Amino acid sequence: MAAAAGGERNGGGSDGAAQRRLRILSGHLHAPPGTQLSANPCRGRAATAPSAASQSRVFPKRRQEILKWNGWGYNDSKFIFNKKGHAEFTGKRYQIGGIVFPLLKEWLEKNLGGSLEHKITPRASLNISEIPPSIASEEFLQDLQMTKIPYSKEAESRVFRAHGHCLHEIFLLREGMFKRIPDVVVWPECHDDVVKIVELACKHSVCIIPYGGGTSVSSALECPPEEKRTIVSLDTSQMNRIHWIDEKNLTAHVEAGIAGQDLERQLGESGYCTGHEPDSMEFSTLGGWVATRASGMKKNIYGNIEDLVVHIKMVTPRGVIQKSCQGPRMSTGPDIHHFILGSEGTLGVVTEVTIKIRPIPEYQKYGSVVFPNFERGVACLREVAKQRCAPASIRLMDNEQFQFGHALKPQVASIFTSLLDGLKKFYITKFKGFDPNLLCVATLLFEGDREKVLQHEKQVYDIAAKFGGLAAGEDNGQRGYMLTFVIAYIRDMGLDYYIIGESFETSVPWDRVLDLCRNVKERIARECKEKGVQFPPFSACRVTQTYDAGACVYFYLGFNYRGLSDPMRVYEEIEMAAREEILANGGSLSHHHGVGKLRKHWLKESVSDVGFGMLKSVKQFVDPNNIFGNGNLL
Amino acid sequence: MAAAGAVARRRGPPVYSQKNITSKKKYDFEDILEERRKASDLRYAMKCYTPVVYKELSPCKPSAIKTVVLQSEQVQYVVRQLSKETGESPDIIQEEAAEILDEMGHSMHMGAIRFFAFTLSKIFKCLFRSICVNEDGMQKLQQAIQEHPVVLLPSHRSYIDFLLLSYVLYTYDLALPVIAAGIDFLGMKIVGELLRKSGAFFMRRTFGGNKLYWAVFAEYVKTVLKNGYAPVEFYLEGTRSRTAKTLNPKFGLLNIVMDPFLKREVFDIYLVPISISYERVLEESLYACELLGVPKPKESTSGLLKARKILSEDFGSIHVYFGQPLSLRTLASGRINRCPFNLFPRHIPQKPSEEVQEFVSEIAYKMELLQIENMVLSPWILVAVVLLQNLPAIELELLVEKTVWLKNVTQTFGGFLDWPDNLCANKAVRSALALHSNIVSLVNGQVVLNDKEMGPGAPEELVFKQALAILLCGSYRNQLLNIFVRPALVALALEITHSSRKEEIYSNFAFWRDVFSDEFIFFPGIPLKDFEEGCFLLTKCDAVQVTPQQVFVTEKGSVVISFLTAMFRPFVEGYQLICRYLSKEANEAFTEKQFIFGVRSFTSQLLEIGSTQCYEVLSSDMQKNALASLVRLGVVSRRKMNDGFTYSVNKETLNKIAGMLESRIPVRKPMAARL
Ligand SMILES: Cc1cc2nc3c(=O)[nH]c(=O)nc-3n(C[C@H](O)[C@H](O)[C@H](O)COP(=O)(O)OP(=O)(O)OC[C@H]3O[C@@H](n4cnc5c(N)ncnc54)[C@H](O)[C@@H]3O)c2cc1C
Repeated sequence: MAAAAGGERNGGGSDGAAQRRLRILSGHLHAPPGTQLSANPCRGRAATAPSAASQSRVFPKRRQEILKWNGWGYNDSKFIFNKKGHAEFTGKRYQIGGIVFPLLKEWLEKNLGGSLEHKITPRASLNISEIPPSIASEEFLQDLQMTKIPYSKEAESRVFRAHGHCLHEIFLLREGMFKRIPDVVVWPECHDDVVKIVELACKHSVCIIPYGGGTSVSSALECPPEEKRTIVSLDTSQMNRIHWIDEKNLTAHVEAGIAGQDLERQLGESGYCTGHEPDSMEFSTLGGWVATRASGMKKNIYGNIEDLVVHIKMVTPRGVIQKSCQGPRMSTGPDIHHFILGSEGTLGVVTEVTIKIRPIPEYQKYGSVVFPNFERGVACLREVAKQRCAPASIRLMDNEQFQFGHALKPQVASIFTSLLDGLKKFYITKFKGFDPNLLCVATLLFEGDREKVLQHEKQVYDIAAKFGGLAAGEDNGQRGYMLTFVIAYIRDMGLDYYIIGESFETSVPWDRVLDLCRNVKERIARECKEKGVQFPPFSACRVTQTYDAGACVYFYLGFNYRGLSDPMRVYEEIEMAAREEILANGGSLSHHHGVGKLRKHWLKESVSDVGFGMLKSVKQFVDPNNIFGNGNLL
Repeated sequence: MAAAGAVARRRGPPVYSQKNITSKKKYDFEDILEERRKASDLRYAMKCYTPVVYKELSPCKPSAIKTVVLQSEQVQYVVRQLSKETGESPDIIQEEAAEILDEMGHSMHMGAIRFFAFTLSKIFKCLFRSICVNEDGMQKLQQAIQEHPVVLLPSHRSYIDFLLLSYVLYTYDLALPVIAAGIDFLGMKIVGELLRKSGAFFMRRTFGGNKLYWAVFAEYVKTVLKNGYAPVEFYLEGTRSRTAKTLNPKFGLLNIVMDPFLKREVFDIYLVPISISYERVLEESLYACELLGVPKPKESTSGLLKARKILSEDFGSIHVYFGQPLSLRTLASGRINRCPFNLFPRHIPQKPSEEVQEFVSEIAYKMELLQIENMVLSPWILVAVVLLQNLPAIELELLVEKTVWLKNVTQTFGGFLDWPDNLCANKAVRSALALHSNIVSLVNGQVVLNDKEMGPGAPEELVFKQALAILLCGSYRNQLLNIFVRPALVALALEITHSSRKEEIYSNFAFWRDVFSDEFIFFPGIPLKDFEEGCFLLTKCDAVQVTPQQVFVTEKGSVVISFLTAMFRPFVEGYQLICRYLSKEANEAFTEKQFIFGVRSFTSQLLEIGSTQCYEVLSSDMQKNALASLVRLGVVSRRKMNDGFTYSVNKETLNKIAGMLESRIPVRKPMAARL
């Protein structure tokens, strides 16, 4: 990535930093000429042939045409081992396309006991005969037909929407099949379409599961196997327009199905951004963010999703819920937005959102700091948070994750760079007495006008120096961010070599961060051993967000499952144990991934019986017949 | 000392687990003095000592630890708090904290350790025939030390316990612990400092009210423990047991060492029960005197030096058994609420919740029960039991016969016997008698207590001497009691219940268990488990038959039953006498001191005129236990006054309980107790 981004080393400028990051994320952006900002409620549904407008959307209704049906991201983009046995990223969408990562193979061998000899060739396509047939109610379909809202019972489309991106879901796509999948997929194109669909669902007693970008990592999209009613997957992807941009108040009114990359690109054309950048932003949607209480990496400047939304419109079985004005803050009893935020598709469909926007910052700069050990690093982040001077993003990777990131160093073209690199490594590990097996690195991203960024940078590096931190360059920083964004692609590659991996997260008060990280990693190691995992697991963590009163900690867990007869059960037990450990260490059930079905077992104790009862009674009022029956949370 | 005697055989039911009870397991003990008798002590003292350490340890000098403690949030918090409460400046309080820490902190020093390695080698070789250590335990401990912080929990029978343990650990190249020692040691100037340098840290015996002391102390222990600087060692019993019966546990220190785990400051902590069994306890006669109210000599260096005369005596063997290290995490899993501390800052002192207190208490009892289980029992203990039931004299042949009989019962009950298999029973008993010739003698084929040698004296002097001999002997018998107590209380219940209905027997059992729960170690709560364990063991030696509704004594069983009741009779009678004293004499409120004095003179008179033979009631230990028990039963009420507690008798309840204690059990003369 460093080399890939090399051309832009000098750090952007007025051409739009967010744009640039987007390009880094997805070099594929063939932005459609003149995307129109339409205020029309619905686009011409009469036109049956694909119009220019529909082509402009990044995601077609048949998403499998460009996205993997059994893994992460685009069909043409993946990590492979090339003929020389080196890891390489395919395709031209991303700037890392065609780049070779010579260190990755060794890292995989050393840290996970992976081997190129032990390869699984997954099946090439879905076996249609295995797919549960649609049991969609004919009466419902007839009524649906009348509305002219597009829908499909095609098997592949239904399977595509039967899952998110949890490990077990991807594993099942490769090695088995879901017991229950949606019976029909509908593509409403506007708020009113959704109103109609929900009405029909109530009339025919049909179960609706809203589907945004499908990036859920909490089993939120899985169909409850015992659901006997028709299950409708309501795909919001066609509701993807920006209705208006209000430059006076710096807000935009947007349809909830818009994917992150489209939203930022389109706002960018007007010189704005939301600044909300979850690592899944290429695919995840505005509605999905609201429904899961998502968090973006730059929340220090822009806030988390709950700070960003000004107005939400949601269609429920009881009708539409929304506030009557767009006041920036209100004291009108409990904030009804907070019933919607994090409702995970259990109450209704978010259709439109007014979201804050900001002018695209003039300047953006990555950075990194190396610390002698994790303890010092955490102390530094704590101090940065205390002084409230956190840059747009600041993350602290532990030694394991640092080494993982290091394995993603691309092959360098010039001898010169490699020499410099070598020197730098030498400097860090030898001169300063840093132990390469203890040191850890903080990655930084600054944003703003140039002068302020440079000032800010100095302030942060000065604090870091007090904790023994040494500035370690922009590349290291940028590579750190690249890691988090290609991680899902890397997981897919691992799956081809008996390596399964997943991530999970929590939030925790500052004083418990170190204990929690250490104990969770130790618990994982211990559980793996007890459960017969043959190779030591890879477990790594990073402090990925900072707050006044605590931090968000993010874990990676991966292990080689050769020799295990039921790797998924083993994995699930280990993740359960890790979660128990997190809770016992004062961590929360989730900082941003949500509860879904994966973690609902712990929700009651997390929010107390009374709290749980409150949520239940809201559900009971809003959706007494459980139309939104994805079974999340409660 | 040949390894022959060092191989002990055991049948091991951990009390409360009825599985594997027949599975025999051999433990290999190694006599570490054997090597010392052959090789140079100096070289041993100077050997290269590089113990394995905790895997996450970053080494730290004792002085640096003190700084860490003083700067810790915990101590700082209390300093600020006290400053606010008292108006004193924080600096002064901080200064005070530093002083406390200086008084308390250890300063482990290799030189001192080598000095002890040398001198203790000399002394131990003089005093003891062997020091036998279970090697597998050492290996497990070595493993444990590397994995997690370790707490060593030895039994406490002698001053030399902790020196002995450190000596053993040094011999095996294991990390030396820091040890919570009573501050009275500091009275011995040179020795105190030497001990400090060998890893002891000192704690005041009472610091209940002193917040600063508590904070500094707790933080000190936790810092040492959680950073893995050294294993922490302390005595659950709190003090040396003068009776050789395991004392009920104290919870303060256990609370402290469990805290880092409960707050998840460490991943886990290992608790290691250690049983140190002395064939002959150095302080045996001192203890007996103390129990009879002859004041305990202050620990002073000169006092210790006078003890030099004991260097010429033979104190037999010592067995040190290192139990399986127990993971606190495993013990806690599913047992206590996952996150009891999530809602408080961890550095603010918090009274442990009821749930936590209960858990701590269970762990304490569990550890003590494990200590008891792993105590090595010498033949002499069996001899003492038999002898005390056959006073004033018993023929040697009969003694041997009964001892062998008792040996079998003991093994059935899971006692960890060190019986010399290479000797015939007669020789084994004789050698036991020889080792304890200060207590017993063989006169014309009769075995007798040495209680009359000093010739006739005043009646009270005779009583005293007799009591001394009996308490001495009793301190060996006592070592068997905690293994026998469950079947014995069932036996007692069987004797006094006029039916074979299990329910009734159980209710009598539960009564006695309750009465004696200060005297013997029972796992808190659940008397039913104890009852079942007792029945089970009695069934194993064919003494009873148990059906779902009933318990019958078998024909053969009555021997066992009456033996067991006789074994515990001194306690039953002692408590009866104490109740009688209370109903006759205690009309006004009294202090513990007055109570002890009163019981002593009341019972002395009875003993002088021969209307009771229960000399053990003169033991202050029994008196205090009985008082505590009577408080618990509501017979005596306790009130806190300015200068300690005062007690007053609740006559009505007394009559009731005394009735229950008295009427049901026929008080036979000890003489009549025959097998
Ligand atoms: C590689 C990767 C990286 C990720 N990084 C981040 C990150 O940085 N920060 C973060 O917060 N999360 C992250 N996630 C998690 C996930 O992207 C978020 O939960 C995201 O908000 C889900 O949005 P989505 O549009 O994909 O929703 P989906 O996955 O389609 O749905 C998620 C849930 O929301 C409901 N839902 C979706 N749309 C609507 C709607 N319009 N109305 C009502 N309910 C709806 C669904 O029913 C489902 O219950 C990551 C996931 C992956 C796989």
